Amino acid sequence: MMKDNLYKYLLMLGDNSMILGHRLSELCGHGPSLETDIALTNISLDLFGQVRNYFQYAAKIKGGDSTEDTIAFLRYDREHYNCILVEQANIDFAHVIGRQFLFDAFQKLQLEQLVNSKDETIAAIATKSLKESKYHLRFSGEWVKRLGYGTEESHGRMQEAINVLYPFANEFFVETEIEKEMQLAGIGADLQQIKEQFDQVVSEIFTLATISIPDVKPRYAQGKSGMHTEQMGYILSELQYMQRAYPNMQW
Amino acid sequence: MNKEWPIFEIFIRSKNGLEHRHVGSLHAADSEMALENARDVYTRREEGVSIWVVESINITASNPENAGELFEPAKDKVYRHPTFYKLPIELKHI
Repeated sequence: MMKDNLYKYLLMLGDNSMILGHRLSELCGHGPSLETDIALTNISLDLFGQVRNYFQYAAKIKGGDSTEDTIAFLRYDREHYNCILVEQANIDFAHVIGRQFLFDAFQKLQLEQLVNSKDETIAAIATKSLKESKYHLRFSGEWVKRLGYGTEESHGRMQEAINVLYPFANEFFVETEIEKEMQLAGIGADLQQIKEQFDQVVSEIFTLATISIPDVKPRYAQGKSGMHTEQMGYILSELQYMQRAYPNMQW
Repeated sequence: MNKEWPIFEIFIRSKNGLEHRHVGSLHAADSEMALENARDVYTRREEGVSIWVVESINITASNPENAGELFEPAKDKVYRHPTFYKLPIELKHI
């Protein structure tokens, strides 16, 4: 039971990075400028590096024929446990930045806790990933400020993106049974503690960006239990196409 | 209004103790953003430990057309190179 739940917990951690990394990879060659294109693709590569670490470990926990590749490419949508936020589409640059910022703010805080995880492998992955995550947050936070405090057009778009995306962020903090168990075992992060710090980080940047937090209820979201939006099917059909069309093909 | 971001020249120091070298240029809204962009564009493969950025308009460059008067007079003045000294045989690496 514990082993099963650790496996699922690793998928939760890995799937957030994989699905967001995939979303960013869609922008490769389509970024608004050469410089931001490279920056976003770099972030995508960082995230995929983290995914490999989580999935290699998950494959070891699961045993059998499981490998990082079977975990990445051969699961159905309901077997993915990422938060709904990260599967949201690249509508415009403000959406890309808003999604990234909300995730980075959460992820940096989560990794800061996982550095002290009793599970040594998770602690090691977190230590390595934290440096990357700090840079991602710096990048996305800087852009939230620039767009929010920029022109009338950029402010409008940034605010619109936050209006759409912010209600999804609450899902980070809605603890699932598995997360509760992992936290009690000293393996997982304390989401309630992160929530307070998250609110502080976000409001600090939003104040500088003159962006207001939308006055709406959090969106009902159960991505962490495998219930996804329709976006997920499109993402997976592209992500898994090669392995599904040519089973066992090697790069 | 010019909608293009200004151009910055990027200088990277590859190791402590070495000098910063010009590696190329990029667009950015200001010098802070230029630093971040330089990190992403020019140090992805561990090329550096330090970055300088300078907005291109702040660089005063010599005009290639004036190369003749600027540099050619130095050509026939070999005596400006210390090549006429007899070196002791023990000196090997000079």
